[in-house]
Formats: sequence, structure tokens, C-alpha cells
Amino acid sequence: MGIDLRMPLGALFGVLGLLLTLYGAATRGQPGTEPTGVPVNLIWGVVLLAFGLWMLLLARRARRASKM
Amino acid sequence: MTTLHWIDYAIMLLYFAFVLGIGAMLRRYVHTSEDFFLSGRSIPAWVTGLAFISANLGAQEVIGMGASGAKYGIATSHFYWVGAIPAMVFVGLFMMPFYYGSRARSVPEYLKLRFDEKTRAVNAVSFAVMTVFSSGISLYAMGKLLNLLLGWSFDASILVAGGIVLGYIFLGGLTSAIYNEVLQFFLIVFGFAPLVFLGLRDVGGWAGLSARLAGVATGNGYAAGAYTRSWAFMGSASANPVGVEWFGLVMGLGFVLSFGYWCTDFLVVQRAMAANSMTAARRTPLIAALPKMLFPFLVILPGMLALVVSSTAVRSTSVPAPGAPAVASAAAAATVAPANPVPERREGIVPPKLDPRTGEPLRDARGRVVLDYDLATPMMLMHFFPAGLLGLGLTALLASFMSGMAGNVTAFNTVWTYDLYQSYIRRGAPDSHYLAMGRFATVFGVAISIVAAYVAASFNNIMDFLQLVFAFVNAPLFATFALGMFWPRATGHGAFTGLVSGILAAAVHHGMSLPAGAHVGVKGGYFGVVTTYPSELAQTFWTAIAAWVTCFVVTIVVSLLTRPRPAEQLHGLVYGLTPKPTDDVKRWYERPGPLAVIVLTLTVALNLIFF
Repeated sequence: MGIDLRMPLGALFGVLGLLLTLYGAATRGQPGTEPTGVPVNLIWGVVLLAFGLWMLLLARRARRASKM
Repeated sequence: MTTLHWIDYAIMLLYFAFVLGIGAMLRRYVHTSEDFFLSGRSIPAWVTGLAFISANLGAQEVIGMGASGAKYGIATSHFYWVGAIPAMVFVGLFMMPFYYGSRARSVPEYLKLRFDEKTRAVNAVSFAVMTVFSSGISLYAMGKLLNLLLGWSFDASILVAGGIVLGYIFLGGLTSAIYNEVLQFFLIVFGFAPLVFLGLRDVGGWAGLSARLAGVATGNGYAAGAYTRSWAFMGSASANPVGVEWFGLVMGLGFVLSFGYWCTDFLVVQRAMAANSMTAARRTPLIAALPKMLFPFLVILPGMLALVVSSTAVRSTSVPAPGAPAVASAAAAATVAPANPVPERREGIVPPKLDPRTGEPLRDARGRVVLDYDLATPMMLMHFFPAGLLGLGLTALLASFMSGMAGNVTAFNTVWTYDLYQSYIRRGAPDSHYLAMGRFATVFGVAISIVAAYVAASFNNIMDFLQLVFAFVNAPLFATFALGMFWPRATGHGAFTGLVSGILAAAVHHGMSLPAGAHVGVKGGYFGVVTTYPSELAQTFWTAIAAWVTCFVVTIVVSLLTRPRPAEQLHGLVYGLTPKPTDDVKRWYERPGPLAVIVLTLTVALNLIFF
């Protein structure tokens, strides 16, 4: 129906991932940002970003395939 | 109370913007009522599959399963590995051919096609009332939780969440709800996965969790493995924290309640009906089952972890709001409490439940502090997540509330418009009229939910009572559908009498039994206490069994006494009178049959691993 859901899905998680990654990198080592000793914001931001980009890639491939 | 950082708000706002944006983008694809209520039957199976579980992934699931995890341990997984998964396989393989193949637009409409008008009316009315009230109850839970954790205004939380859900359904109809449910699904997975990781890391993995929970188990009078093994202690009801023996569990939860919910509840079935082909419709619940079987790790583990993670925590800001003092102060209160023979539970981060009048922690019959299990998962979020990830976790929590509510609202507007309005109030109007009515029903569905949330806030007992009535109404349903789909001889009169007597049987059974330690009233016993069950869940399961058996027997007896419908009227509605569905997929593992075998094998394996 009209829109490939992987587009908005990829966009949302791409932006969320980018935001978390940048925030995690900028606040690295500051008190209170890594309560468990793991840089979770940074790690998880990268994971979200990768997921978002993967979804966008799949959507683009599907669109190319349908055009041919 | 925790104050949020700008980054947390940014994540939430970003999510809200996307949710509404999807609704706005989909608006131009909605032309007919079929587009609005059934997504024009055009959605691919992986999307409907994820929406199928996400619609059910409301507050009851995320908060409730965490609470049950803290209360019962890994035995909570029975709700998935005995309950949901087999039922989802069954609905996909055996029932979807009739739901999808009959071209019924809703579950009550199937009942009308298969049986008669009165059977449909009972189901449509009870379903419509139940969905709006359930969505109200979950809205209330959300408002209360946000107020407790973050100090947000109850009114504002409810109105904003209700308004957003209203916005995207109003614009894009079911497609919008389904698309957003998929977004919510991934958000919940990504929001809770790090919580489980950090929690397990804190306690030393599954081995560490087992060792610490062994202490909790023996402290509560169970064998050491009672919280970490799902089947070993199911031999007798008194040996496990659930308080149910295996037969009541398998029959009550596994067979009656789970099949009743997953196979007949329009909230979930509607997602599969929106699929773009028969094979896609049949694969919807099967695809849903794959992530669903892993959900215990995502939603139950946080609750179990909350019991035992080190509470000398990591975040000084994670102290809960006024009205829920931190665990430390509860422990202090416990030492003050005179003549307390049982040692207090000190570890973990689950706060005690407070007496609403005195503000003191509630105590059970043995004098121990009663914990507020519903806060187990939220406390885990506040405990382990720093600013940033906390925003993601809270957004996931909000997403779960909103997906549950959206599921209810889309199911409500369809049943209202097709089964009640079009059938009894105004027939034969042009399609555009029903499309407009669907949008209007969305508005008043949300409005009633909000009113119901306020009713829940002021009269807690009314909601307990309503949920009890819903349980009675739902319990016998699967018997009606199973007979309808697999026994051509079942008649409309049989189905109707069976359904009504099943509901009455549930009420009678509940009225004559009582869970141990409860008082006569909304918990049962109002017709005189004949039997006592070791736990409330055991009573619920046996009430369901009584309702199901009564409905099954009465439907058969009355059907045999009344005139059957001629076989040619039942084509496409009953097994044996419907051509076998053919699969339109290429690869073997995409076909429903092999997919079902894979799902069931994995489920058996999970049961054995945690046996």
C-alpha cells in the first residue's frame, strides 16, 4: 500500500541512532552518563544506526528491483 | 523522581513526529471504508506479522509480564511457550482459511455468516464494550506510571497519548495503526534489549541470576529452583509460586484462554485479515510466533532481575516519586516494625506496595512487606539507563501503551461501523458514509477510552469488576469458533445458547470458588464458597475450563436438537466444505505448514531448556 514501511523505519532508527551515538561520544567519561561502566549510549547508538541504514538499503534495493 | 535530560525529550518528540508523519503520509491512500478498516487487504506478511504481536504488546504485556516475572519467575514463560505460540500456530494453519477466505470483514461478521444474527450481536456488543474499556484501563495505567516516575501530570499524559493515537488512526486508518505497530515493535525490542543485557551483567549472567533467585525462592518457602525452572515444580500447585498444577495450566491457560484470545479476538485477527493474500494471512501469526517466543527474555527477565540486582545503585536520581519511597527507606521501616519474625527481602529494586490511606508499606499474612510488582520493569529502566538510553527506554514504554491502545481503537471502530452501525442502525448507505463513520468512531472510541481512564482512576473496584465480566465473556468463545469451523452440524441456536450458558457457567464457577487468602467479593465466593484454589491464577484457569466445557457441550446438544443449515450455505465457512488453500510462495520454508513445524520445534526446545 503506497509506502514501503522500511523507509520510515530506517529513517527513524537512523536518526535515533545518530543522535544517541553523537550524545554518547560527546558525554563519554562524564560523571553519571555511564552508571554501569559501559558506554551504553555510544554502543547502542551505533547499533540503532546500523539497523536504520540496513532498512534503508533494503527499501532502496526493493525499489530498484521493482523499477526494472 | 527522575528529571529527564534534553536528549530524552528529543528522542520522545522525534518518535511522536514520526508516528504522526506516517499517519499523514498514508492519508492519501485511504479512499474507501475497506482501505480504512482493512488496509485494502494489501499488506505484506512480515508487516502484518509484526503488527499481530505488537497490537497485543500493550501495557499489560510489558509491565504485566515484568510484574509476573518478579512474582512467579521463569514460569511466567508458560504464557508464551504453552499459551500464545501453539494458539498462534493453530489460528494460522487451521482458522485463517475461514476468516480470510470467507471475506468476512470482522470476527463478529464471520459469526453472522456461519451462524446467525444473534450470535454476532452478542459477540459484537461485548467486544466493542471490552475494547474501549481495555484501552481506557491501559491509558489509566500509563498516566499513573508517568506521574509516579517522572512527575508528569496525569491529565496531560492521558490527553497527549490519546491525542496522538487518535491523530494517526484518524488520518491513515488501519494501515497507519499497523505501520506504527511495526515501528513500536522495533522500538520496544531496541528499548528493552540493553536493559536485559545490563541487568544480566550486573548479576553475573543466567547462572548468577539463578543463584540469587534461589535465595528468594527458599525465603518464600519454595525449592531453590522454583523461580528459574519452568516445569520442574508444576507437579503440585503448592510447590511453585504460580500456585497452579500442570493440568490446570495446560488446559486452562494453554488450551482455553490462549486459544480463546489468539484465535478469536478481533484485535489480533484484524491484522491478519489485512494481509495481501490467503498465504500471507495464514503466515501472519506464524511469522509473529518467531519473535514472540523470544519475548520472555525481553519482558519477563527484567522483572526477575529487578528482584535481585544490586540496589546499591548506580543512579542516585533513580529514587521513585513521593508516595513510593525507595527500597532503602522501606528496609528502614521494616527494622522499626516490631516483632517481625521473617527476615525482610532487602535486595532488588522493587519498591513495596503502599497502603493508599496510611502511606505505610502493605504486609501480607506473614508480616512481610508486599512488593509493588507492577513497578519492577519501570524501576529497572530508571535504575540502569543513563540519560539518552533512558529516553529510548521510556519511549519504548510509551510506544507499548500506544500500540495497545491503537489496536483496541482500530478493532473498535471496525466492529462498531460494520457490525453495529451498518447492521442495526443504518443499512445500505454509500461507502463514503461508512468511511466517515469509521473516522467518527475513532474519535469517540478514543474519547470513551479517556473517560474510562478517569473512571478507573476514581473507582478502582469498577474496573476490577469489568475485567471480571470480560473474562467471563471471553472464556467460552473458542468452543463456539472451533465447533463452527470444524463441525458443519453446529447451528446458530446451538452457538448462541452455548455461548450464553458458557458465560453463565464462568460466573457461577467464579461465584462458588475463592483463591486462598482472598475475601468474598470481586475475587469470587459470592454464591457461597464451595472450593478454594491455591492462587488467583488457578481460579482463573479453572473458571475458563468450566466455561469452555459448558459452551462446548451445550452447543453440541442444542445443535443436534435444532435444524441444521444446508451444506451449500456453508461453503467457505466450515472445514470439509471449503477447498484446501493453496500456497502462492516459492520457497519451502515460506509455506505455512513447514513454518509451523519450525515454530513448534523451537517452542518445544525452549520449554526443555528451561524445564
